Amino acid sequence: MSVTTLLSRPWIWSFLGAAVVFILAVSFTGGVGAGGMITTALALAVFTIVVGLGQMIVITLGPGNVDLSLPANIGLASAVSMTVMNGSDSLVAAGLLAALGCGLAIGIANYLMIRTLGIPPIVATLSSSFIVQSVDIAYGRGLQIKPPPGFGDFINLQILGVPVSAIFVLLLSAVIAIALRRTVYGRSVLAVGQNARAALFAGLAVERTRAMTYGLCGMLGGLDGALLAGYFQGANVDIGNEYLLSSIAVVVIGGTSVAGGKASVPGIWGASLFLVLLLTMLNTFGVSAGVRLVATGIIIVAVIVAAGSRSLSSPGSN
Amino acid sequence: MLRLPPARYLRDLLPALSLALVLAAIAWLNPRAISYLGFTLMLNLAVPIALATVAQMFVIAGNDLDLSIGPFVSFVACVGATWLMDQPVVGVLLLVAAVGVYAALGAIIQWRKLPSIVVTLGMSFVWQGLAILILPKPGGSAPVWLQTLMNIQPPFLPFPIVAGLVIAAAAWFGLMRTSYGAILRGSGGNAAAIGRAGWSLLKIKAVLFALAGLFGVLSGLALLGVTTSADANIGSGYTLLSIAGVILGGGEFVGGIVSPIGAVIGALTLALAASPLLTFLDIPPDWQVGANGVILIVVLAARAQIGRKAVGT
Repeated sequence: MSVTTLLSRPWIWSFLGAAVVFILAVSFTGGVGAGGMITTALALAVFTIVVGLGQMIVITLGPGNVDLSLPANIGLASAVSMTVMNGSDSLVAAGLLAALGCGLAIGIANYLMIRTLGIPPIVATLSSSFIVQSVDIAYGRGLQIKPPPGFGDFINLQILGVPVSAIFVLLLSAVIAIALRRTVYGRSVLAVGQNARAALFAGLAVERTRAMTYGLCGMLGGLDGALLAGYFQGANVDIGNEYLLSSIAVVVIGGTSVAGGKASVPGIWGASLFLVLLLTMLNTFGVSAGVRLVATGIIIVAVIVAAGSRSLSSPGSN
Repeated sequence: MLRLPPARYLRDLLPALSLALVLAAIAWLNPRAISYLGFTLMLNLAVPIALATVAQMFVIAGNDLDLSIGPFVSFVACVGATWLMDQPVVGVLLLVAAVGVYAALGAIIQWRKLPSIVVTLGMSFVWQGLAILILPKPGGSAPVWLQTLMNIQPPFLPFPIVAGLVIAAAAWFGLMRTSYGAILRGSGGNAAAIGRAGWSLLKIKAVLFALAGLFGVLSGLALLGVTTSADANIGSGYTLLSIAGVILGGGEFVGGIVSPIGAVIGALTLALAASPLLTFLDIPPDWQVGANGVILIVVLAARAQIGRKAVGT
């Protein structure tokens, strides 16, 4: 692949950004801890990548589609998975299934509200997040169940400095990328995002595609909840809060079109690593929480402005 | 010609109907709440919510979305409780500059054809960070004039209702009754047509965002006047409340279709449904957020059903 074709990929910029931020951070420490920095960044980025993938497919469905219920979903799934696992290694699979089921139920409920009640996705998923959050508060109050030792160890396990969770999520990402390119479902998502009317007239199952997408996004949120509870040693109502903004941010920084119909899985990786490394860099600089937020915000806006209308000018968008 | 389908009336009336429904429920649960003092207390947070909703409405009128209005309201409240209190000139300059930043964002969004969701998402970090830098710990105090203003007791009508009427009238006149207001809404309906007619889309977007910034400043100051002190997260719920308020009030995400009066009514409904109603219903604290979600879904679903019928007839 020549440099020009590489530069024309929408996702390349997020990786370049991640690289620049990494080099800045490493040169500040004088090269100390560069390897550890990457390991930690990968381990943390994994959680953003999982929800980012879900949000990406939903946003690809076209303008207005977004899932604001992910943070509440993550919180509830973290509690459900920890309860089902009940600290026992033999119940890990059951706990993961329960988290997936919990997320799937929320995703399908979101879709039904959008479809049968006719509520715009933004406010529908917002309203459902309130209800899910309430359920979580009532159900998860004082829940002090630690993850099974095997599950916690597995999530923190590294092979040659590469977290196993990152390898696992890389496989998941590959499956999603291939599904988007090669399966009827994936191509339907792109078609619906480019022009829902045309997709309908072409005989595609538009509503089934939408239902599956919201369900899939919910499942990825549920999975993330279980993984987060394993990583942070327990469930928490607020465990998913930061993923509301970051799930949307990585989708857009990664070059997925907000106009729909054009997704980029590698971009989710680049953007998630970029955001996590950015945080690591600002931490190594030793800045205060306020400065860190301001810098993060300005850099996000600067990246978007610099990248310009690139992500919107896809031939497929209307 | 004179006979409009009833469903259309119903749609325009829906924001008012939902407010009436919430009021009726409150009156039934606790008749004493329906009084001058009752309304003053129940609606005491409605004024800042209404102002933030109107701010969001200007952005939505141009087919954009402001995900930073909540942190912006926090930022304004923090500036109000510190700089505006200690060095009023600097405070006023900061707030004017903040409105300028909003206008500049609008211009950049139009110039570079950027998705507003992402730009305002990034800005939400900036405002939040600035708020924390200005006021690391909750505190500060509201300027006396602000507290006095928010505690006015006008004759007959409680202050929040009077303020709501003034806000609705001002926004309605500016956006629905002036020629430039029509141009502003037109940019959401058909930007290309407005551009070809010779209007500067750059200026239109900057004006819409500047208006959002202005009402955001008013919202932050009103909130500070009610609470008398600030903290960096004081407005964090306002982003979602303001979007819900606009939609509840009959606005659409696309097409430049917004209703200033509906938006203010939507904000009042949300403010009432958010806590007074739930308190009277004896909903346990754990489920209050969820009950809010249910109320939102019911009202929005009713709006959507009636809207569908209106389109069908």
